[in-house]
Amino acid sequence: MAKLGADNMKMRAQLKGDFVEVKVLMSHPMETGRRKDDFNQLIPAHFVQLLAATLNGKTVLEAQWGTGISKNPYLTFRLKGAKVGDVIEVTWHDNLGASAVQEIVVTEA
Amino acid sequence: MQRRDFLLGMLTMIALVPIKALAALWNKAAFESVQLNDASKHLNIDTEIPSEDIEIIAPDRAENGAIVQVEVKSNIPDTEAIAILVEKNPTPLIANFMFSHGAEPYVVTRIKMAETSDIKVVVKVGHQYFTHAKNVVVLENGCG
Repeated sequence: MAKLGADNMKMRAQLKGDFVEVKVLMSHPMETGRRKDDFNQLIPAHFVQLLAATLNGKTVLEAQWGTGISKNPYLTFRLKGAKVGDVIEVTWHDNLGASAVQEIVVTEA
Repeated sequence: MQRRDFLLGMLTMIALVPIKALAALWNKAAFESVQLNDASKHLNIDTEIPSEDIEIIAPDRAENGAIVQVEVKSNIPDTEAIAILVEKNPTPLIANFMFSHGAEPYVVTRIKMAETSDIKVVVKVGHQYFTHAKNVVVLENGCG
């Protein structure tokens, strides 16, 4: 059960008027299980299945993903009622039991 | 018991328990469906109401189906969840996003498209489901 390093996600959370915009770029192969390698062997499916985001510890976004999300997943979401200094945490879990968690503090745009 | 062993034991417990719970949480039947209708059925979507209050921003033509950026916004009050499906993908269900505690019903993400197809968005509001679609012409298969 691999816990990936803190550099797995690039995150940014900025206050833009009346909402906070959060951008996340994850590092993950997102293999569908249908691709073949150079030796014509199927590469096993390996993809993020669950993603959750919290604002100061309270759940704001929960996502279930299939293999159709692109490699190195990208996500933007928006939070109303969040302010500068608030803490946003994003966690993902993949189908092979690996996970990563990272937090970021909201800043002015 | 040594304190270290106890702590290691605790860590193993913490690491093991949630994964099982999480596996149960993921909607395997819906994500493994190969037909759009089956995926919808496994998401408990019954009647779909077409709606212009769902915005889908995606390119008209995608050079490479491996990375197609999609922006989805629901202007329907009390939107709880947004599902993204690609009709002609080997497994049509791409993602299901659930919003709470002030999260706006808005996401931007990048998806894979096997061929020219509609991107279909289904918005959940209580027991009702609203839908909107946008066609994307794909020049190169992005599902490998």
